[in-house]
Amino acid sequence: MLKRLSTLAAALLISTALHAEPVSGGRANVVIQPEPPSLMVGLIQNGPTQMVAGNIYEGLLRYDKDLEPEPQLAKSWEISEDGLTYTFHLHENVKWHDGEPFTSADVVFSADEFLRETHPRLRTSLEHVESITAPDDHTVVFKLKQPFGPFIGIFEVGTMPMIPKHIYEGTEYENNPANNTPIGTGPFKFEEWERGSHILLTKNEEYYEEGLPYLDEIYWHVIPDAASRAVAYEAGVVDILPGGSVENFDVQRIADMENTCITDEGWEYFGPHSWMWLNNREGPTADKRFRQAVMYAMDRNFAKDALWNGLGKVATGPVSSSTRFYSDDVKQYEYDPEQAKALLEEMGYDGETVRLLPLPYGETWQRWAEAVKQNLEEVGINAEIVATDVAGWNQKLAEWDYDMAFTYLYQYGDPALGVARNYISTNIAKGSQWNNVEGYENPKVDELFEKAAVAVTQEERQELYNEIQQILVEDVPVAWLLELGFPTIYRCNVKDLVTTAIGVNDGFKNAYVEE
Amino acid sequence: MLRFILMRLGKAVIILIAILILNFFLIHAAPGDPAAVMAGEAGAADEKFIADLRERFGLDKPLLTQLGIYLGGVLQFDLGYSYRQQMPVADLILDRLPATLLLTMTAFAISLSLGTLAGVLASARVGKWSDTLISTTALLFYATPLFWAALMAVLLFSVVLNWLPGFGYETVGANYTGFRRVLDIGQHLILPATTLGLFFMAVYMRMTRASMLEVSQLDFVKTARAKGLRPSVIQRRHIFRNAMLPVVTLAGLQAGQLVGGAVLTETVFAWPGIGRLMFEALAQRDYNVLLGVFFVSAAMVLLFNLITDILYRFVDPRIRVG
Repeated sequence: MLKRLSTLAAALLISTALHAEPVSGGRANVVIQPEPPSLMVGLIQNGPTQMVAGNIYEGLLRYDKDLEPEPQLAKSWEISEDGLTYTFHLHENVKWHDGEPFTSADVVFSADEFLRETHPRLRTSLEHVESITAPDDHTVVFKLKQPFGPFIGIFEVGTMPMIPKHIYEGTEYENNPANNTPIGTGPFKFEEWERGSHILLTKNEEYYEEGLPYLDEIYWHVIPDAASRAVAYEAGVVDILPGGSVENFDVQRIADMENTCITDEGWEYFGPHSWMWLNNREGPTADKRFRQAVMYAMDRNFAKDALWNGLGKVATGPVSSSTRFYSDDVKQYEYDPEQAKALLEEMGYDGETVRLLPLPYGETWQRWAEAVKQNLEEVGINAEIVATDVAGWNQKLAEWDYDMAFTYLYQYGDPALGVARNYISTNIAKGSQWNNVEGYENPKVDELFEKAAVAVTQEERQELYNEIQQILVEDVPVAWLLELGFPTIYRCNVKDLVTTAIGVNDGFKNAYVEE
Repeated sequence: MLRFILMRLGKAVIILIAILILNFFLIHAAPGDPAAVMAGEAGAADEKFIADLRERFGLDKPLLTQLGIYLGGVLQFDLGYSYRQQMPVADLILDRLPATLLLTMTAFAISLSLGTLAGVLASARVGKWSDTLISTTALLFYATPLFWAALMAVLLFSVVLNWLPGFGYETVGANYTGFRRVLDIGQHLILPATTLGLFFMAVYMRMTRASMLEVSQLDFVKTARAKGLRPSVIQRRHIFRNAMLPVVTLAGLQAGQLVGGAVLTETVFAWPGIGRLMFEALAQRDYNVLLGVFFVSAAMVLLFNLITDILYRFVDPRIRVG
């Protein structure tokens, strides 16, 4: 009874905490790993850069956890019925950190000039755009060549950050000295960067959203060793460990600490989806039956529970369940070694050794590769693990020099942005590890993806993507593993840390620290 | 003497250039390049994007041309530009050098002083329990892997006992100034410097002990004893000074590693030094940064070799310019 009472009391405490008013002031101590090479998010799009710079720079929109657009620099927007014209109305009292006003000219410059040159992912989406114009200082109009379903999804800060025209126009972007003192419109300003030690951001007192942000400053601590990062949290030096900060085997121990909360939300936009590339061109992996056998041979639930602390989900196919147009109406591959053996026998697999490349991102991935190797050996597949570092791994993938290779990629909320690129045959080209690296060719799939991207109604798109998912899951061009769950760990008195579909990457605008 | 130094300096420059050339080819032999790594981190890229990066970095030129451009720069004291970090390499290195020197020189001082002291003590009490204790401890220090010792030190002194900060250069965000800041940095320095110094401390101890014992058996020591000199004078003037010769050589070797030798320690203790800069540059194939760090550390090795040679001539009057 006493126990029940105390549980109730705890629950009450939590519910009062939930309703508490945000308090201004305080500091967030956050781990950043690895150290970003630069904070100029228009030039460098790596994870850590986005995470810190998401406080300094802003996009026109944010996305809630269901991927619905929310206002950011744009306070409202309209999409014409034919799906060709997107009109954004900007906040009127926005200033860059150096005091200059932010206007529609900055939007046109960012999207049409700067990012077109420097941002390969956005550039692909901008190919659908016919013109970007600014009828007045606070209105921007994007006109498309044809309808493009996912277009409303490309305005978050990592995909289309706003870059100050008055600083960059006419300069050589890469060598602009301002890159080291980034100027954005965001809730926090760049203050100092002691390389190898920390980055300090301070509150933007002129921020255009009333009362925001709450925090006075954010310290990003650069701690290169995963074990030391865990110790930093335990010792109270840092209070927030963004996803991937500590090794998975440390997560549970830290999450069990007092006043510690954990969430795997805030990754919905990215939908980190893991799989093994299977080389469709040569060797046993060129045979569909072998690829299906790999799917049956893997105990993916074991990997989820033992290596990923039970976070995430077993992937059912090419589309993450957090991405639009996901369908689970596809062939299911349960862990079934006997089925795998039967398929291998049917194809006459002769025991040829396959090279397996782990992802060189730390201990978890190494262990995962070992677990998969063991699964494969149990059904008679000889696998040999090939060790590489990041640069070597990049090169092997780009040169198609592998049989099986672990990876995970983001989906950016829409199959047209983050899924099609891995399966359409026009995307087969050496030199990249985000295109159709496996070499899968299916004219039917090409056609369906093409139609689905430009179909106007949601229903039409859903139907086309359903069909695509069925075909792909039958063909197994790659061996899907898990929808990864990256836990953000933080002291429970840090509130409203993760409020959107890109989580901490959207900045700490709404976060506050309760006494 | 001057001629000796100039000759050695001349040789050093040639060796340095040879090292640079060798390093240049070694780095380029590793798979992948900075353009591919940067594109990789962007999470999306096409061939054009990577080709553009290569062109901007000058990686599209023939290897020998790249080498020529690089060496040309170095001869004008220009270590190039890090496109990844968007900063001149020299700035990046100078930024990190003070932290590394502070760490390694403290470790150097700790290991040399405590190591020789323990060695002298042990040699004076051969076979007694204090000698056994010192020698066993030294063996332990000698055999313990650095990263393990570092992690254990953090766990014990920082997490469990909460006596010392476990990582970083200073308390981030405390904004200490003046003496308070010096004290703060000093506190942060204790664990990494001691851990880093353990191995060499053991080496100095063992070498000093062995060398002291060896010298004390030599004829001139016997003569000194026969002359009736006081044992402490013999110990200090006759034995110690001569026993220090191999220690000086070793100290020269350790000093040479002052710049590049602390990669592990800097990583575990999040010490913002040059070892980490090098390690990260290696992982990211940031060629210019890597070559720059190699250049500086090679120059340090050569410099300290030279200093050792000069010191030798003071310590040991038998050595003359050959």
